[in-house]
Amino acid sequence: MTSKKRTAFRWTVRLLMWTATALTAALVVALVVYVMAKGVPHITWELLSTETSYLYDRKGILPNILNTIYIILAALVLVIPLGVGAAVYLTEYAKNKRLVAAIEYAAEILSGIPSIIYGLVGMLVFSEFLGLGSSLLAGALTLVIMNLPTIMRSTQESLKTVPQSYREGAFGLGAGKWRTIRTVVLPGCVDGVITGCILSVGRILGESAALLFTAGTANNLNGLFEAMTAPGSTLTVALYYYAKEEGEFEVAFAIAAILMVLSLLINLAATWVTRHFQRRKAL
Amino acid sequence: MKPIITAKDLCLWYGSAQALDHITLDIPENSITALIGPSGCGKSTFLKTLNRMNDLVEGVKITGTVTYAGKDVFATDVNQLRKEVGMVFQKPNPFPMSIYDNVAYGPRTHGITAKKDLDQIVEQALRDAAIWDEVKDRLKKNALGLSGGQQQRLCIARALAVAPKVLLMDEPTSALDPISTSRIEELVTQLKDRYTIIMVTHNMQQAVRVSDYTAFFLLGELVEFGATESLFSQPVDRRTEDYITGRFG
Ligand SMILES: Nc1ncnc2c1ncn2[C@@H]1O[C@H](COP(=O)(O)OP(=O)(O)OP(=O)(O)O)[C@@H](O)[C@H]1O
Ligand SMILES: [Mg+2]
Repeated sequence: MTSKKRTAFRWTVRLLMWTATALTAALVVALVVYVMAKGVPHITWELLSTETSYLYDRKGILPNILNTIYIILAALVLVIPLGVGAAVYLTEYAKNKRLVAAIEYAAEILSGIPSIIYGLVGMLVFSEFLGLGSSLLAGALTLVIMNLPTIMRSTQESLKTVPQSYREGAFGLGAGKWRTIRTVVLPGCVDGVITGCILSVGRILGESAALLFTAGTANNLNGLFEAMTAPGSTLTVALYYYAKEEGEFEVAFAIAAILMVLSLLINLAATWVTRHFQRRKAL
Repeated sequence: MKPIITAKDLCLWYGSAQALDHITLDIPENSITALIGPSGCGKSTFLKTLNRMNDLVEGVKITGTVTYAGKDVFATDVNQLRKEVGMVFQKPNPFPMSIYDNVAYGPRTHGITAKKDLDQIVEQALRDAAIWDEVKDRLKKNALGLSGGQQQRLCIARALAVAPKVLLMDEPTSALDPISTSRIEELVTQLKDRYTIIMVTHNMQQAVRVSDYTAFFLLGELVEFGATESLFSQPVDRRTEDYITGRFG
């Protein structure tokens, strides 16, 4: 190649990369602007504070907001002890390194499985076999299984960053293994647990397939405990439902705008938590 | 002198590599024993065997016996053993909690919960470790905010707070500046009335300054053990002489 040709080649490559970057950025911006423009005008107080009523020809997504909160709470309450417990066992107690590696590998695979498969299995196991029917509880349990690997892995990573010298210090004072873990190791990995939770909440917010199978599409206003045993749709499921089944695009876009803002907030929270704890660790 | 810790024919392997080779040694009570020797000769390994910190390392095999106060250490409850045989590490390792909670950690571990008792223990331990005046107004502040020398004295206070009989110190001053070092040396000599101290050091002057007895290790063997003065002035073994005169290591 002559040097002229080489320069031309270099410029072509640079131009292509530029175009790709610009296109990506433009797509993101366009998508956000489009959704916001179509959704925000329809976010009204009535929409946020009531339930849909055909009698009064009113659309409201309060039940869906509540269902989303309920299902996140229920899933986290169950998944945190399980995931943290599993992580502590695997990193602090388990002796069989091969088994640990196998479980970690399985967890990686689990987190890559399409969520609709979790939905299918959740429906068969929780709704049918355990007789929970279409309910938020069945949905929450399905979400627990989906998010268990996330919480477990992020806790594990965080456990590994707790300095060995802390453990030695505690053991050297005559503290037993469990006391050492509880008082010195676990406080040092709160950041990992929180990061895992934030990731999970983001994932739950965006989940539709797994919940369509297990939690149903009802839009009734319920308290926390009745909601658990009744079918109910989260915001994302409701979005699908209003758009696809009812052709109510105004409501659908309003929900979409809300979800977008929420996921932005969640990303910010994740960044903030990571930075906050990094600073504390650097101290 | 009455021995408080006795090792007999102690051998230790990390996997297939032997780190200690038939160590037989009596540690006299209420005195300071220095462990010296070139890097990798097994000083830390020997020290960590005495309070069974080697239990944490995988693939360790031990033969021979170690007794503390006449009892086989491998047959005693390990947490009880470590309560009586405390340890201070090479790098200061305070927990990321308040100064007070650091010192109270040990007593709390062993069942002391009354605030009045803890307050008293914490103050006494900090006084004994010669750091009370520097921290008495900031007991609730995070211990990681202290200087390296202060952190190490805090770690000594933390070890003293469980009222051990023996204090194992693995190069406690190697990460510190000269002033902090001399404070800790001074502190150690004051503590020997009430505690038995076993200290690893790479610093010959330090061994001479603070210790009553010295043990010289080489390649996992105990070459020579005796009163510090005589070991340094009239070493029996040729290798000891070579080492303390700086011909190797
Ligand atoms: N956890 C371990 N696993 C495997 N080998 C080890 C381990 N700890 C120490 N060793 C080996 O055992 C031998 C003795 O090590 P030790 O740490 O007791 O030496 P040391 O005298 O304390 O040295 P230094 O003065 O450098 O601290 C060395 O050869 C070392 O490589
Ligand atoms: Mg050492």
